[in-house]
Amino acid sequence: MTGLLRTEEETMLADAARGFLDDVAPVSHLRGLRDAGQTHDPALWADMAAMGWAGILVPESAGGSDMGHAAAGVLAGEMGKTLVTSPFLSSAVIAATALRQVAGRNDALSAIADGTRTYALALDEGNKFTPGSVDCAARRDGNGFRLTGTKKFVVDGGFSDRLLILARTDEGPTLFDLPADRAGTKRQPNAMVDSRDAATIVFDGVEATGDDVLGGLGQGLDILRPALQAGQAALAAEMTGLASGAFGMTVDYLKERKQFGAPIGSFQALQHRAAHLWCEIEVTASAIAHAGRMLDADPENATLAVSLAKARATRTATDAVIEGVQMHGGIGMTDAFDMGFYMKRARVASEWLGDYGYHAETVARLRGF
Amino acid sequence: MGQETTDLDRFREQTREWLQENCPEAMRDGKADDANICWGGKTWEFQSEDQKTWLHRCAAKGFTVPTWPTAYGGAGLDRAREKILREEMARIGARPPLLSFGIWMLGPALLQFGTEDQKQHYLPPIARGEIRWCQGYSEPGAGSDLASLQTRCEDRGDHWLVNGQKIWTSYADKADWIFALVRTDRDAPKHKGISFVLIDMRTKGVSTRPIKLISGVSPFCETFFDDVVVPKHQVVGDVNRGWDVAKYLLTHEREMISASGQGAGGGRSLGAILSDDSGGLTDACLRAAALRCEVDALAIGLTLERYKDMARTTGVGDASAMLKYVGTELNKQRHELLMAAGGSDALIWDGPHGSRPADWLRTKANSIEGGTSEVMLSIVSRRVLGLPA
Ligand SMILES: Cc1cc2nc3c(=O)[nH]c(=O)nc-3n(C[C@H](O)[C@H](O)[C@H](O)COP(=O)(O)OP(=O)(O)OC[C@H]3O[C@@H](n4cnc5c(N)ncnc54)[C@H](O)[C@@H]3O)c2cc1C
Repeated sequence: MTGLLRTEEETMLADAARGFLDDVAPVSHLRGLRDAGQTHDPALWADMAAMGWAGILVPESAGGSDMGHAAAGVLAGEMGKTLVTSPFLSSAVIAATALRQVAGRNDALSAIADGTRTYALALDEGNKFTPGSVDCAARRDGNGFRLTGTKKFVVDGGFSDRLLILARTDEGPTLFDLPADRAGTKRQPNAMVDSRDAATIVFDGVEATGDDVLGGLGQGLDILRPALQAGQAALAAEMTGLASGAFGMTVDYLKERKQFGAPIGSFQALQHRAAHLWCEIEVTASAIAHAGRMLDADPENATLAVSLAKARATRTATDAVIEGVQMHGGIGMTDAFDMGFYMKRARVASEWLGDYGYHAETVARLRGF
Repeated sequence: MGQETTDLDRFREQTREWLQENCPEAMRDGKADDANICWGGKTWEFQSEDQKTWLHRCAAKGFTVPTWPTAYGGAGLDRAREKILREEMARIGARPPLLSFGIWMLGPALLQFGTEDQKQHYLPPIARGEIRWCQGYSEPGAGSDLASLQTRCEDRGDHWLVNGQKIWTSYADKADWIFALVRTDRDAPKHKGISFVLIDMRTKGVSTRPIKLISGVSPFCETFFDDVVVPKHQVVGDVNRGWDVAKYLLTHEREMISASGQGAGGGRSLGAILSDDSGGLTDACLRAAALRCEVDALAIGLTLERYKDMARTTGVGDASAMLKYVGTELNKQRHELLMAAGGSDALIWDGPHGSRPADWLRTKANSIEGGTSEVMLSIVSRRVLGLPA
């Protein structure tokens, strides 16, 4: 396995991404969308697709760049630094990884890669991530099925073209790939605290054919597992980018803000807290790099690496935003200042795809607790 | 890439075979505590015939200092091969054949700053475990503020004359030689008047007095220099530029200390150990704390690997303070948890070596020795983050 340092290729990818995102998607971009009542910018996604980002996990035979999970983590990290909102995780990471588990899905994968089709994962039903427990039912109806149930926290599900839905069949949990506007599908976009999209979706006897089943009946969790791990690793990378973005602002402020006739960054109480945070971010960055490498080199055995990454990233991002607000004083609490956006996104990202407790438990299980 | 992979595979195979043939059975118990480890030196008494055999075989192969050049007693291994050697040793639970301050600290500094004569003279005996070194940095008035040290070293024409006192000198009473920081210019700014000298502990005027630790052992001493004559060629690096050598050496010391908790437990997870001890780890608070510690231990282990790769490419510099800080704080926490899980059993004192309470007490020094955690955080905030003084 390649070491945990970035390869030259990854460094170039990160630099290119940073240059592009600083140009078109600094935090003010997210603020602009929020102020306009929008959660997502289709033009930005089209640009990302044109650069090959949407196809980063799509096979070359389907028009993707297939650069792998470590590279996807590099992009997610750069997006995290300036809180870029896009369907990158839902479509390019989670859906692409799920679809490529199954033969004959090249059309869908091509459409993801060129940005013309977006996906969302309709999985959660309760208010916590428990992928194994499915109430949403797909009952036999003639040659096909009818889906009934409610999915929550469907990230990007308010605007996506298609949905991957986990539903119960007689054979067990099964994954369906349906257009989001199929009759009987009621999407209710929610106003999320991070100003991004997540919908509650009600399926009221929605028709599905055998062709709409992704993989075999009862194989939903098997197909989903690698996709979830890919998503968790990329989300952890995003959160670590977020942490270093928030931390960078904080260190700049420590150098600039004066009180008692001195920059506040000269006070040791703040210096040591900042140094501690930097150490935490460095340690987490190693876990992120490791998760990407494991998913690329040995995906069957990547569970520990991925959960370690998400557990560490969740804690680190949370620390970074809490300290970020505190060390900015009053201005950190204002809407006009960006730190609040970081805090809000960190909270949503902490919950999505499993929180600290969920992933720490996975570590516990695999480490003999 | 393909060729390199095959070469590495072959190296792994050869190493495995060599270990199989050469590592004595008794040296495969994974023990690396004071009671079971070889420190070498002129006065060293081997704890067993196997320990001696193991040292000699490794030394002949260059495996006591695998990354040093073969000319100085090493095996000349690159990072990838060194890692394979470590993995293969860990696989069979092989004890490290030799631990010493010469290996961790002085060796790297000599490789970087020493003259060719100094390297040839001092390095091979370190590699063979023949000369044991100690570190004379701290003084009663110079701890965290190390650069304020006062031990005086005067130029007497054909020799140096050293007078002063060091403290907390680990194993000074057992060491053959000391590498010490001394003041050669009293008028220069404090960092600019320090030199790095090598002194034979048998020189007239050198004496030591042991100090006992809370863990019961007495591994460190006060060291006194009373009109000690030191030959001119025993200065490493330029006179008055010893601070550069000292700092370089400290980064190696910090890496070593930060890694010291990593191998503990013979590769078993903290959770597994605690589960056995506490009958299943049912206490919610203990379990949560242990789990957090486990998550951190895994991530810190990966960080050590990442930084070792970095050290061999772009360099690590002051960021090594981070490794020292996170590694030692973790190790302290780990031992707090081991004590908590052990309950009253863990309170039984069976001597200062290798017992659980003794180890627990000893780890408290990890965040003090080699620079305190607070000093590490100050290094990160000033030199890595650039925060103002
Ligand atoms: C087991 C052990 C082995 C050792 N072995 C050796 C050895 O072999 N050779 C050797 O030379 N030395 C050795 N040392 C000494 C060690 O390096 C010093 O103890 C250490 O550098 C701290 O110095 P000090 O003890 O004088 O504490 P002090 O510097 O007096 O520190 C006391 C407290 O004040 C804090 N503090 C000090 N300055 C600051 C500051 N600027 N900002 C914030 N907090 C501050 C410290 O963090 C600490 O908490 C050893 C120590 C121990 C415990």
